[in-house]
Amino acid sequence: MQNLISIIIFLPLIAALILALFLRGEDAAAQRNAKWLALIATLATLFISLFLLAGFDPDDTGFQFVEDRDWLMGLKYKMGVDGISILFVMLTTFLMPLTIAACWNVTTRVKEYMIAFLVLETLMLGVFTALDLVLFYLFFEAGLIPMFLIIGIWGGKDRIYAAFKFFLYTFLGSLLMLVAMIAMYVDAGTTDIPTLMTHSFASETFPVLGIQVIGGMQTLLFLAFFASFAVKMPMWPVHTWLPDAHVQAPTAGSVILAAVLLKMGGYGFLRFSLPMFPVGSEVMSTFVFWLSAIAIVYASLVAMAQDDMKKLIAYSSVAHMGYVTMGIFTVNQQGLDGAIFQMLSHGFVSAALFLVVGVVYDRMHTREIAAYGGLMVRMPVYALIFMLFTMANVGLPGTSGFIGEFLTLMAIFQVNTWVAVVATSGVIFSACYGLWLYRRVMLGQLIKESLKTIKDMDGREKAIFAPLVAMTLLLGVYPALVTDIIGPSVEALIGQYEVALNDYVPAIELASAGDN
Amino acid sequence: MASIILFAPLLGAIICGLFWRVIGEKAAQITATALLFLAFFFSWIIFLTGSFSDEPIHILRWIDSGSLVADWAIRLDRLTAIMLIVVTTVSAFVHLYSFGYMAHDHAFPEDEPYRARFFAELSLFTFAMLMLVTADNLVQMFFGWEGVGLASYLLIGFYYKKESAGEAAMKAFIVNRVGDFGFALGIAGLFFMVDSVALDDVFAAAPTLAESTISFLWTDWNAANLLAFLLFVGAMGKSAQFLLHTWLPDAMEGPTPVSALIHAATMVTAGVFLVCRMSPLFEYAPGAATFVVYIGAITAFFAATVGLVQNDIKRVIAYSTCSQLGYMFVAAGVGMYSAAMFHLLTHAFFKAMLFLGAGSVIHGMHHEQDMRNYGALKDKFPVTYWIMMVGTLAITGVGIPLTGIGFAGFLSKDAIIESAWAGGTTAAGFAFWSLVIAALMTSFYSWRLMFLTFHGEARGDKHTHEHAHESPMTMLVPLYALAAGAILSGMVFYGSFFGHADKVAKFYGIPLAGEVHAEASAEGAAAEGEHATEATDAHATEAEAATDPETAGEHRAAFGGAPGEGAIYFGPENHILDNAHAAPVWVKVSPFIAMLLGLGLAYQMYIRRPDWPAKLAENQRPLYTFLLNKWYFDEIYDAIFVKPLRAFARVLWKRGDGTVIDGGINGLAMGIIPWFTRLAGRAQSGYIFHYAFAMVIGIVILVSWMTIAGN
Repeated sequence: MQNLISIIIFLPLIAALILALFLRGEDAAAQRNAKWLALIATLATLFISLFLLAGFDPDDTGFQFVEDRDWLMGLKYKMGVDGISILFVMLTTFLMPLTIAACWNVTTRVKEYMIAFLVLETLMLGVFTALDLVLFYLFFEAGLIPMFLIIGIWGGKDRIYAAFKFFLYTFLGSLLMLVAMIAMYVDAGTTDIPTLMTHSFASETFPVLGIQVIGGMQTLLFLAFFASFAVKMPMWPVHTWLPDAHVQAPTAGSVILAAVLLKMGGYGFLRFSLPMFPVGSEVMSTFVFWLSAIAIVYASLVAMAQDDMKKLIAYSSVAHMGYVTMGIFTVNQQGLDGAIFQMLSHGFVSAALFLVVGVVYDRMHTREIAAYGGLMVRMPVYALIFMLFTMANVGLPGTSGFIGEFLTLMAIFQVNTWVAVVATSGVIFSACYGLWLYRRVMLGQLIKESLKTIKDMDGREKAIFAPLVAMTLLLGVYPALVTDIIGPSVEALIGQYEVALNDYVPAIELASAGDN
Repeated sequence: MASIILFAPLLGAIICGLFWRVIGEKAAQITATALLFLAFFFSWIIFLTGSFSDEPIHILRWIDSGSLVADWAIRLDRLTAIMLIVVTTVSAFVHLYSFGYMAHDHAFPEDEPYRARFFAELSLFTFAMLMLVTADNLVQMFFGWEGVGLASYLLIGFYYKKESAGEAAMKAFIVNRVGDFGFALGIAGLFFMVDSVALDDVFAAAPTLAESTISFLWTDWNAANLLAFLLFVGAMGKSAQFLLHTWLPDAMEGPTPVSALIHAATMVTAGVFLVCRMSPLFEYAPGAATFVVYIGAITAFFAATVGLVQNDIKRVIAYSTCSQLGYMFVAAGVGMYSAAMFHLLTHAFFKAMLFLGAGSVIHGMHHEQDMRNYGALKDKFPVTYWIMMVGTLAITGVGIPLTGIGFAGFLSKDAIIESAWAGGTTAAGFAFWSLVIAALMTSFYSWRLMFLTFHGEARGDKHTHEHAHESPMTMLVPLYALAAGAILSGMVFYGSFFGHADKVAKFYGIPLAGEVHAEASAEGAAAEGEHATEATDAHATEAEAATDPETAGEHRAAFGGAPGEGAIYFGPENHILDNAHAAPVWVKVSPFIAMLLGLGLAYQMYIRRPDWPAKLAENQRPLYTFLLNKWYFDEIYDAIFVKPLRAFARVLWKRGDGTVIDGGINGLAMGIIPWFTRLAGRAQSGYIFHYAFAMVIGIVILVSWMTIAGN
């Protein structure tokens, strides 16, 4: 099975091609066929990816299932997974069928919609498995296009503004990354990621425009990558595209955006920033901590002030991603385990929360919180599911939301107690906005006439939520499922990072000796 | 057996909550209750036979990240066993009671099912609470800690259609989270210092922690003090201690069985349990322990003052709970953990009973809760009246002074007051006097409640009074059971909790260290007593007390062992138990006198001269409104936290996100991009293609660069 990764990646693309080439017409039958084909293709991808998971050996910290062949113009097509990336692959394949099922009621340009999602899946999987810089960049950037179209075509009223904001932010970030990649290629002479991970870039301090850049080249490269990943995460203060994008995106678009696309930033930090620029990461870590801590508090507070359900959840995503970036740059076992865990958990929980909003949006066609109230009477099943995911979002132990938050807090305390205190206060604020939302939508008297006939969730909706509920609880009660897989790779990454830093310490001393 | 105790309630919650549609509402309720009684029997078997295990019972792996390992496990020792019987006993009887209480709730229309949800949430709470008390590591304890918070949130908000219920539920959860903030930091700090979250490791490291410093925020702290303090912040939230108490009175929005179970007997005592569980740490953290004493004493006093003037029957009991929790913390703070646990146990019985009794009245009075509309209900509720009477006698501490005979509260409360006296420090002295005064107020408000409700003239709606009726058997049986506890638990368990050190040590499995000569410490105590009293007869009786076979033998046993060896730990310097036993008579009788004064005052004001209270309120208007408004805590918090935060949130959103970030970046982008596009002379083309084009160009440049450079 040495082509397993390629099969997984390109299966959705092939399905998209079939749709594009052979499916004709806009009638109901054609729409149904498009949906079924997309669903089957994503389910098949999920099924095959289970073989990947089954065949994966967690104790091997190198890349596995590696495919390496020549491509055009001397470039390489190199793919593979390690303990850090495999679960992101699984997250993507797991969520795609649910996403397709979530847009079952779409009636406009269904074929194109399905194609967009299938192409998007291929590109997302490509990002998590690419082992070549150019390849990574292609997947990373190209992923913008289907998402841009999903928001721009199937989105809400202000979709054009939101789509552009989304595109502009992420694209401008990526340009700097492109420059950095070229510089890396010049320096190392290769675009092979595993090789680059062991390459040590220069870290001698040198002046740029009169400013001494500590960590030198590494810091600059770090910052260039940071620009791209920070926007993707998104980190404060470059997060404002996210709420707009979420509000305008259709439900399925929001699900994928929150659940998978945001994780590319975190994955990028783990794949590039830490192993390739350890000195740069160390130099900038305090800066990242503070951005993260601010994100946690700031986004939580802003979430409290929202009137739109999706915006509220979008801001809560920003806050939760704050724990991720904080955890990553502590560079200890709990921090990295926690950060990865938090990303996976957020994948399930935020996806579920956007679907939760989608349920009532499909019925009432508004996301305004004030338009609801007292739904518990008519929708008991919905109330239960909403409660569960609110609690997971709040980080209640027993749900997956707790583990990542808790581990990253344990990690940051070892590094910086100020940041730890600010970040921990997030547990209070998340309860505030989470419960406030729940109360305004679900509790109280059902007085609005329009809501008096609202129906509880139907079978399809329950079926979409069931796997998410299961994962949220399973990972909350038995997180070893994840930590056993990522643990050894994380440990290896930390070891490598520390070795690199130990080499650097004399360099600092030398530099300071030179100054004297 | 322990696993069955733990998982029976969870099973009950799942069956009752998710499958009641399949098996029917009634069957669901019965299942949940039956499973709880199962847990109840097993708990008592474990408690009475003392079949504990030294090694934790491993259930399942949980968190495993580097050196941070926390598994699902059961720690079964005396402290756990005490909590097991408290939790399962009260919970089982509250389940039973709820059959009657929740049978016909007028808050719900006929066709809306609510009973199964109620029972499921009660069982879920019980499960979380059991997880908390059986935890072998701090993370599992935190799981239970937050889990009970969730259950409490759900049950306070049970009448979800009521705005006030929804608000109270939110408030409870959020204020508790403020406490959890401290708890979480405490766990993080302990993990940082000890590199483990297992209780045994933390206990073993306690002496080292006392010698270490930890750098936290702006300066270095003594590690043991800081970490104990942070954990205690969690306890303050959960146990509604002064400053974080505001949620507890509002929590009375929940149905009364919930108040009895969660907000009187079990969840709110979790903080006390935490401090006792962490006794090895607190023994090495004198600073934090002193803080505990002060907070406990202030709470006991403060809550009692507010309780004096409240009119809602449940709120009076709620403030009373708050106050009694303060007593327990004083005991734990001065180092007499055993007395804290003793009061926790007895209080669980009589306070749950008082709540359930009040629930019986409320149920019979068609959900009227204002005592101003009660009066002369003695004949309408004969059983409830006597039950409440037992509860009142227990909480006010009626017994025969200087003997071990009395209602439960008499023995446990006096044990705490004597311990506070024996503490000997300034904080303990302050606590002693606070607690004695609070005892007077306890007696006053408890009797006030009795007199207003059952005696005097019938007030309020005539119709309601005419239709008032005694409660059904399902509600009365639990009351009898708890009454037995309220009468007997003090006398039965006195020896184990607060008797001779031998007994206490045996009870908790604490090894006895060397023996201290009786005379020396008796003399010391006598000298201290002399200093404090002038009366010579007091001196005489005290010498008697010191030679009393109950408290002092030929030799006195002293607690020993390493931290973590017994269920609770007494440091080598901790002689509170002996000193408390040697307390002078005036100390021992002071709570009794306070109780009598309170009773007399209440009798005077509510039976003999019912016009006095109104006159007094009129004369002392400012004081009265100050107390009636609970020292204005809600208003102050609203003004300094809630409102500014809300306003700040809006500013961040509108100004921060809107003006500064979006304005800045968009301004930049919208300025630069059109300039570029004009430069390209393609401003009229569609935007999408524009950027797609730019991207493709980028890729082309990259690829060509590499092809050229690579070859």
